[in-house]
Parts: sequence; structure tokens; C-alpha cells
Amino acid sequence: MSHSPYLRDSRSVRQIMLHVLAALLPGIAAYVWQFGAGILLQLLLASLTAVAAEAAMLKLRGKPIGLYLGDLSAIVTAWLIALSLPPIGPWWMIVVATLCAIVVAKHLYGGLGQNPFNPAMVAFCVMIVAFPSLMSQWPAAGLDLSQQLDLILGGSRPLDAITAATPLDALRTGLRTGGADARVAEIVQGPAFGLIGGSGWEWVAAGFALGGIHLLWQRIISWHLPAAFLLTMALTALLLWGMHPERFASPLLHLASGGTLLAAFFIVTDPVSGATTPKGKLVFAGGAAFIAYMIRSFGNYPDGIAFAVLLMNICVPLIDMYTQPAVFGHKRRSS
Amino acid sequence: MLHKLFTFHGGVRPDSRKSDSTQAPIAALPLPAELVVPLHQSIGGTPRPLVRVGDRVLKGERIGAAEGAVSAAVHAPTSGIVKAIEPRTMPHPSGLPASCVVIETDGEERWIEREPVPWKSMKGDELRDFLRDTGIVGLGGATFPSHIKLRPGAKPTHTLVLNGAECEPFITCDDLLMRERAGEIIRGAGIMAQMLAVERVLIGVEDNKPDAIAAMRAAAGDGIEVVAIPTLYPAGGEKQLLRVLTGVEVPAGRRPLDFGLQCFNVGTAYRVARAIDQAEPLISRVVTVAGNVDRPGNFEVLIGTPIDALLAAGRPRPDTDRVLMGGPMMGFALPSTAAPVVKATNCVLAGSPSLLPPPPPEMACIRCGTCAAHCPADLQPFELYWFGRSHNFGKAQEYHLFDCIECGCCSYVCPSHIPLVDYFRFTKGEIWAREREKAAADLARERFEARNERQEREKREKAERLAAKAEATRKKLATTEPTGEAAAASPAEEAKKALIAAALERAKQQKSSVKPRNTDNLPADKQAEIDQIEARRAGAEGRTVEPPETP
Repeated sequence: MSHSPYLRDSRSVRQIMLHVLAALLPGIAAYVWQFGAGILLQLLLASLTAVAAEAAMLKLRGKPIGLYLGDLSAIVTAWLIALSLPPIGPWWMIVVATLCAIVVAKHLYGGLGQNPFNPAMVAFCVMIVAFPSLMSQWPAAGLDLSQQLDLILGGSRPLDAITAATPLDALRTGLRTGGADARVAEIVQGPAFGLIGGSGWEWVAAGFALGGIHLLWQRIISWHLPAAFLLTMALTALLLWGMHPERFASPLLHLASGGTLLAAFFIVTDPVSGATTPKGKLVFAGGAAFIAYMIRSFGNYPDGIAFAVLLMNICVPLIDMYTQPAVFGHKRRSS
Repeated sequence: MLHKLFTFHGGVRPDSRKSDSTQAPIAALPLPAELVVPLHQSIGGTPRPLVRVGDRVLKGERIGAAEGAVSAAVHAPTSGIVKAIEPRTMPHPSGLPASCVVIETDGEERWIEREPVPWKSMKGDELRDFLRDTGIVGLGGATFPSHIKLRPGAKPTHTLVLNGAECEPFITCDDLLMRERAGEIIRGAGIMAQMLAVERVLIGVEDNKPDAIAAMRAAAGDGIEVVAIPTLYPAGGEKQLLRVLTGVEVPAGRRPLDFGLQCFNVGTAYRVARAIDQAEPLISRVVTVAGNVDRPGNFEVLIGTPIDALLAAGRPRPDTDRVLMGGPMMGFALPSTAAPVVKATNCVLAGSPSLLPPPPPEMACIRCGTCAAHCPADLQPFELYWFGRSHNFGKAQEYHLFDCIECGCCSYVCPSHIPLVDYFRFTKGEIWAREREKAAADLARERFEARNERQEREKREKAERLAAKAEATRKKLATTEPTGEAAAASPAEEAKKALIAAALERAKQQKSSVKPRNTDNLPADKQAEIDQIEARRAGAEGRTVEPPETP
């Protein structure tokens, strides 16, 4: 016999995940528009791998396959991996990355709800440590579909003419090779850069922001996470840019480049591996943005969001413990 | 709106479904052939039965007297004959039976003699005893004896709050009571306000009951303010309502009285007025019949009426699969509809698979925090769920499990369909069970220690007594035979000494004759080691034998 409450009015996990997938569509559309349809193949490969891996792991663990496969969380992870990895990476790369996420980061830790680390970010970190050169090959604007498919499925690795560095990579390389004479203002005149961020990437970022606003409006994510992430990123960038504008990129470039907006609305907002209290969310997302900026600007990796998120994942139990909100009757409210 | 309102955190807005049962006025039920009046109908002690099987009782006659400090009397709801005093099924989730007075009704409705109570000239305690003996308890659901809550606290009470929020879906008994009997509710509020010597009376009603608000405002006099509060479940929770109306948050384990506040249900105020003005004890109440029924409505029901009979008045539909007492958020499924209506029964809700669908399968918690966003007690339900699941009871208490009011908001919104409140009930139950066990173990240990101490003491006292007796005997002997004492004592002592010396000698011989075992055929080095040890031991013994010389 069931007990009260006998009424429920909840969005199911499946509905939440459907909203997240829908919110990713504007960003994906911009991606296809700017960089070609290769990303769609990557999304498909990731999704198929994720579903197969999820089903196999659920069977091994003796869990109801249909019920948990239907929650669509594996597809969300798959899409986030595909959107984080270079779209012209060989097919096996996305497969290995997705297996890492679903099998190791998710199910070996106990499946949905139990994983301490963001599965997509675990996959990204494994890939960038294992295949650093493949992870730095991004399509140059105007790369056509047949060339992309050739790169993804053929395995013959490309010439420099058809690949490019990401804007953040271009900036780093420019600053390194230029030595003391390098000026950010000159570097960002290069072909990798557009109006405010990376050429083409600013549109993708705008698409992700649009999806993020949908999630905020639907109350699927709370404002604390994207606000803290974007504000910390912007303020840290502003501080260093204000002191040394010739050595550091502007806050706008940081916001519009790399995975900043994808991370702000879709990565740090993962409920399972993130902080849960309102204050904790601010600390978690702010910390992730700060570490990501530091790795971007002073580290050797083109972007540091994945490492930053994993580092903050470790701190989640501590953050939650120290940011417990006051309970009814145990606080002082203005009255 | 002139009154400043406050908010509480979270809450949910389920479809209120109240309009079906508010179409008709409060109706009477035909008198059932048999009334089953449970003796235990309030928090506290079970009343002591005052009647015997075969007794003729009058309507309003006291049949159970309040027992203990916290208790309230129960009364015969109509005239008739006591057929039995026996355990009957109670309207409780457990379905366990409890002692009931079964009255065969005679249909004559003959009252006891009644006259209005001169309450203004009565002393506080007298008046409170009167309310206890008329069986007045809180009708909001907790059934706490009202007379106890009407005793002024150490600090002055400034505000009396009447709860007319009625935030649960389907339930409309307070709504109809306020529409139809606002005058008596206000009258009861005035009496209670005087008993507590408060400065103001606030009556909180959710703004989805405009008719009730209008009726109450029309009846309210000076010092009584009817406040429309936003419709948000659980605004009718006592602590939530006090917060909304006064801004004060009463923590778990504290009473509103500690903050100069007191809170009663509007139904309770109505019953106080009836008790004082008509000398009518609590023998009936308004109950909503709603849900999967063809004739939803409110009924004035005698306490002890079988729920079956009440439900039949609402004409339940054939696909009714269960019957709840209370609302869908905090009520419970009745194990048997043969159970009687009691003072706590505010609603009988017929359920069907489409009206109250079975919960979807429970899935894993994704820590999304939706439950925490809706918790009116500002708890983190998902954390409590993890702690409960892992039997980490200490941590659950640290995270304020006992501040949970079981309102059901968390279960209502959980995207993984986890029955969170069930987990909290389980965890609370486990903690209570452990505390009882610990208390029992502590008691047993204390008893054991007390027993040991007593035995020790008795032994000691016996020894002392014997010693004193021996001393007395010796003194007596000394006074009677002074010369024989030395001669009598010394041979005895000599014999004792000899015995001890002999025993010591035997022990010594035994010790020296003991041979170490397993020492044959030893290798030379082992033998040498043993020899060394023996030598050291001999040395050590030698040293202890010879007392060290003082320098």
C-alpha cells in the first residue's frame, strides 16, 4: 500500500532530460551552420555508443533496462561529449570517450545519481591526456562535409590547410611565439577570431546561451550556477585584462570562446556531480570558472573547463556541508 | 490588504478541487443504528470509561473521563444503550483495534440537562476543566486537548491565531463552517481570546475561499482581523500559518506560546462556543466527503458513525479502489471503512486509479534539489533520503530530520518519483525505536547496578552486624571471665600460626618439585638460553627474598 502524498505533479527525469536536449539544439544548429554537418555524425556516434553502453551496464548490474534507458541521461552525456570534442576527430575517439563516460565515470560509480564526477568531463580529460594532438585539431571555417566525413571515418589525418586551432589555442600560441612583443590586440586580428570571440564560435556560444535561457525559464537549472560561472569568468578576466591588456584577452573573448557558455548552462549545471545548496552552487560554479580561467591563461591546455569542473566535483561534499541553509525556525529573518 | 504578510520557503500548488463539495450546504446524516465511540480520541491519556455494558446513556453524557494531565473526555453522541465496551478497528493506518464504547442508538435523541455556562464569572482553571470535560480538542487534525493550550504561558500571549487556511485539496469542512457558522466561530474566538488575555485575534483564510472570508469579515468584531493569505500548500500548517501572519518562525520542539502566540483551528473555536453557550460537548463535527463520489459535500456527523455510512451518503462510484481519511497530501488510506468517524476526521476521500494514480516506479535520486526548493521547513530532503537509506541516523538528525512536518511537498515534486516522506517516516521510526531500546537498556543497567550495590551493602551491613555482635560477646566474656581471656586466645592463635606455616611449607615443596615441560632433547643453544633465564630468575628471587638494605 502506498502512503501520502497521493498526488504528484512532477516533471520526470525523462522530461527534464528532454528539455536539456532541446535546449542544446540552437547551439547545434549554429555549429552546423558555421562548421558543417560533421558534428551531426559525431552526435549520432556518441548517442549510439552511449545507449549500447548504458544498456549493457544496466544488464550487468541487474537493473531494469527500459526504465533507466528511458531517462535519456545517457543521451545527454553523449551529446555533451560530442559538443566538447573536436568535430573532425576520428570516429573511434568519440566512441572511446563515450565508453569512458558511461562505463567508468557513470556505472562503475553506481549509475545515475551516484557518480561523483561529471561523466562528460571525465571523458574529455581522458581524451586530452591520451590524445593531445587529435584533441587540438579543429575544423577551419568552410571545411566541406565530404572532407569532414573523410576525417571522421577515413582516419587519414589532415593537412594544416583544413584544420585550425581554436581561438584560445591561437591566442596562446600567438603569445608564446611572439614573446615579449606579442600583443593580444594584434593576435585577435587573425583568421581564428571573429567579432568578439572565435570566428564562428561566437554563434555557437549564442546558441548555447539561448538554450540556457530556456532551461532557466523552465526552472530546470537555478540561476546560481550560470550566473556564478559567467560572472567569475568575466571578473577574473576583467581584472587581468585591466592590468595588462596586451597580455590578457578581454572578458568578452573569454565568455564567447571555448566552452564557456556550454559549461555555464550545461556542464556545471549537472545536478548529480555538482553542489546542491544555493550558496554551494555559487561557490562550486565560481570556483570552476576561476580554475578554468587560470588553466586557460597560464596552463598548457587549450581550455581548462573540464579539469576545473572535476576539481570542483571533488570539493562538492565539503562545499555542501559548509553551506547548509538554515532550517525553518533556526534562523534570523527580518520580521 | 492592510495586514502585512510574510512568506515561507517552498510550498506547492496542487489543484485544490474544492468546488465540488462546496455546492451544497452542510447536511445531516440519518442516525446510524450503532455508534462506535473510541475512548482514545485525543493526544494524551486514554479516558477511563464511566459506563458499563447495558447502561442507558443520554445524548451528551460523559462516557469517558479525562485521564492524566493531557487528555479530554468523550461523550455519548446520542441516546441509547451501551452494547459493548470492546476493541474495534480504529481509523488509523495500522488498522489496529482500540477500546471503544459501542452504543445502540434509540432514535430518541434525549439530551442530558444543559444550561449555558456562566464562563465570565468562572475562574481560569474551572473553565479549562469544563472544556476538558466537554471533550474539546483541536479539530485541525492533531486533536490536542484545547484546555491545555488555553492556559496562559509564563510570558503574556499577545496574538491568538485561528487557522482557516484549509490548504489540502478536496477538504472544505472549514470552508463551509466559516460560510455558515461564522458567528459562532467568532464567538468562540472571543472566549479564547479572553482566556489567554491576548491583544488581537488573526484569522488566516486562504484566498481561494472568498465566500468564507466575506462571511467571517461580516461576523468579526473589534480586535478580530480576518486575513486572506495566498493559496500555497502547506499554508495551513500551524508553523507556516504563524509565519505568514506574524513573521515569527516557531522552531521544532518549541511552542507558539513561547513566542506570545497561540493557534487553534476555526472548527475548534466553533466547538468552544457550542460548549459554552449550549453546554454541548464535542459529539459531532463537519466532515467533507469528496473525490470519486457522485454527491460530494459536507456533513454534520456524529462521532462514532461508521465511515461506511458517511461514505454511502456521498454515493461512491464503482471504481473506487480505496478510501482516505484526510486529504491527498497528508491523509492515509483507511485499512477498513468499518472504522468510525472520530474527532480527527476532517475528510473522507474516495480514490480511484485515475483520481489518485499509483506512483510511477521509483528511480535513482539525481540530487536535482527540486525537493529542497519546495520544502516549507527549509530542509534538504534528498540529503535526509541518502542518510535514511544508509541508516546514518545521527547525520539525519544533524540535518534536522525532526523538523520535517511530513507535508509531502518533496514527494509531490520529485522527478524520480521517490516516496521521500515514506523514507522520513521510516527513519524517524527507526530513531525512536533505537531511543526506546537505549532507554530500556539504560534502565536495565541502572537496575542491575542498583541490585549489585544493594547486595554489596547488605553484605557489608551483615558483616558489621556480626562484628558488632562478636565484639559485644567478647566484651560480655571479658566482663564475666577477665582472667581466662589471654589463656583462651593464645592457644588458638598458636594453632592458626602453625597451620599457616605448614601450608607455606607445602606450597614451597610443590613449587620446587615442578619441572619445566618440553625441555628434553633440546639443542645446546636453546638449553643455554633456558639456563640463562633460570639463572636470572633465581637472581631475581634472591633479590626479592633479601630485603634491600637501607643506606
